Amino acid sequence: MIGILNLQGGVAEHSDHLQRIGVASLPVKEPADFTHLSGLIIPGGESTCISRLLRIFDLNDVIIREFHRGMKIWGTCAGAVILAKSIAGEPTCLGLIDMEIERNSFGSQLDSFTCEASVPAIAKRSIPLTFIRAPKILRVGKEVTVLLRMDDYIAAAETTDVLVTVFHPELTGCVAFHRYFARKCGLDLLDETKIAPIDPAWKNTSWTRFARIT
Amino acid sequence: MERKRYELNVQLAQMLKGGVIMDVTNVEQAKIAEDAGAVAVMALERVPADIRKQGGVARMSDPSIILEIKNAVSIPVMAKARIGHFVEAQILEALKIDYIDESEVLTPADEECHIEKTNFSIPFVCGARNLGEALRRIAEGAAMIRTKGEAGTGNVVEAVRHIRTMNREIRQLVNMPLEEVTGYAKTNGMPYELALKVRELGRLPVVNFAAGGIATPADAALMMQLGCDGIFVGSGIFKSENPSIRARAIVKATAFYNDPQKVLEASMGLGGAMPGLEISEIPEGQLLAGRGW
Repeated sequence: MIGILNLQGGVAEHSDHLQRIGVASLPVKEPADFTHLSGLIIPGGESTCISRLLRIFDLNDVIIREFHRGMKIWGTCAGAVILAKSIAGEPTCLGLIDMEIERNSFGSQLDSFTCEASVPAIAKRSIPLTFIRAPKILRVGKEVTVLLRMDDYIAAAETTDVLVTVFHPELTGCVAFHRYFARKCGLDLLDETKIAPIDPAWKNTSWTRFARIT
Repeated sequence: MERKRYELNVQLAQMLKGGVIMDVTNVEQAKIAEDAGAVAVMALERVPADIRKQGGVARMSDPSIILEIKNAVSIPVMAKARIGHFVEAQILEALKIDYIDESEVLTPADEECHIEKTNFSIPFVCGARNLGEALRRIAEGAAMIRTKGEAGTGNVVEAVRHIRTMNREIRQLVNMPLEEVTGYAKTNGMPYELALKVRELGRLPVVNFAAGGIATPADAALMMQLGCDGIFVGSGIFKSENPSIRARAIVKATAFYNDPQKVLEASMGLGGAMPGLEISEIPEGQLLAGRGW
């Protein structure tokens, strides 16, 4: 089971992708929700909001405890900021990966963009990347592996236990990162030959199936 | 606006889900909002309660105030343009803020046309009282919708009316045989293709926040339980007795809207809320929600 931190931000988008690769997931926000998770996704959103909520509901300690028990963690965008050991000009939140990150490093929404890049560790073909008011990883420590380096920054990196992406695979049809993370968590997956790295059935409104008016 | 840019703008709003967007009029308030966990701030000269009290023409804020606020915080900055005032929108786009609210809280500049938002790269949020109004705004290029409510009143009744109306119309569409959709869309002023989209998705195709009259943590949780994706608080925070504490409480209640124990905790010891206004006591001409077409 993979948990998706459900305090604020793009939760449904990750639920949609995990379902596409046949992995059970659960939005989590109560301390008891975090036990027995193989992995936790900290989604995109506003890192100041999410980190404040983590603190006031004492979830930092719960997450760190489960992390040391073996729960893997993936942070997308704001999630990457929350996981960084050092945040430029701001106090650290969880500090579980040795890297320095700068929040909202590209400018305003007018500077948000999409592009394609090849990430050999994740997929054979090049994959679409969506950057929304994204942070930049400025440097990483020795034990951190860089998965994708762009112009003057690092866009994706990992250790054995933590994955960080400053872009949003959950906002594209790309399920390769979710598959990669699920495998990192030691989960069985649907037959890979049946799921392309980019799911052609995905649409930008696919998240709405988790947020219908009832 | 190219399609890709529009998708990115819709997706920024998706990243704001479950969050609270706060009206602020200066740098100090913006910092209080950011520190309390706001997902964005709405930079404006006067909060709706003051606009209501002082009367006169309400316009886009002085760009220098918006710029000061933009420089002071790292969360997204939104600002309001008058309905139909596409030059105010051009100025806000040139200022490179993150989102424009084409808002009925300001005095409309055009009583026939809204801004053609597809002409812009910057995203727009627009108010709506019902599904038809929401879909007309989306057809014009809005990337995010909010209820209009009745701003500056501290009275949530109109926002409740608007979200209930939208939800009712969505349910009707979803349960309707296809051949009834054309007539229903015509009667309710809905662009047909978008009505079909809502029927397929069972909700708006973009994020829908609550706005207009939210003053307490309970108001925020109420709007979330009614199906809103997040909350705008206008006068409710900085017209209350203790803005910092109230801002934090509303953020908490929005995140845990389904947990009465946590909403209870968030509701205690906040000091006085903003003074409220009974809608029926507001002269007809001063109701804001009726602005827009």
